[in-house]
Amino acid sequence: MDLSLSTRTVGDRTVVEVGGEIDVYTAPKLREQLVELVNDGSYHLVVDMERVDFLDSTGLGVLVGGLKRVRAHEGSLRLVCNQERILKIFRITGLTKVFPIHTSVDDAVQATD
Amino acid sequence: MATVELRFSAQPEHVRTARLVAAAVARRAGVEEAVLDEVRLAVGEACSRAVGLHRSNGLTAPVRVVLIEEEKVFSIEVGDEVPGPAGGSSEPVPAMDAALDPDADGEDEMGLAVISGLVDDVSVTSGESGGTIRMRWPVAGVPDLP
Repeated sequence: MDLSLSTRTVGDRTVVEVGGEIDVYTAPKLREQLVELVNDGSYHLVVDMERVDFLDSTGLGVLVGGLKRVRAHEGSLRLVCNQERILKIFRITGLTKVFPIHTSVDDAVQATD
Repeated sequence: MATVELRFSAQPEHVRTARLVAAAVARRAGVEEAVLDEVRLAVGEACSRAVGLHRSNGLTAPVRVVLIEEEKVFSIEVGDEVPGPAGGSSEPVPAMDAALDPDADGEDEMGLAVISGLVDDVSVTSGESGGTIRMRWPVAGVPDLP
């Protein structure tokens, strides 16, 4: 399965809905999308991963890269994920301490901490 | 003897194929269903790393994946042909350090960290002919019958 990406604006946040598989082949597409958003001035991103079937370290690297980019503009990058098999990858790499992870898009959009 | 051996040119698009093949062979070998996600992820990480090493070193040689079904254990070996320490450092650094180091392209280290976090029985070796990541999983008593 390929990667699907769509974006929408909710208030001052940009929600990126990701679906399919994020791996060494598809991750560059996600990277391009995040870079483009930041270049266009969207510094508060919510990446909705509820429809992601597979995520590997290349995908993690892209998300970390996105986080660095928005932070350079005092922005934020929040994740939405309830899938245990995806959350496990964030846990074993220690990245749960780096990303705010929310259970719903509404929750992520309203978060201000 | 290898149950299944797979060789693919070092292109990112083939890593998914390697994941699917490894998971299918692991399932047949009797690896528990709950563990198949780990097998899929670990083999994907190892293959992504090998592809990256071949590409960054300008190697045209294929990446080799060997799937071995034994009585009580299922093993996967992913081999690259990049010689020396670059072919496989043995101590993965913590992923968060790798990820947050602004000077590092941390994906290689993060890949190894994911593998060592997922797989209890893993070894990373390197030599003149390249590096190998070996991973082993226990197999349930009775394999699935067709």
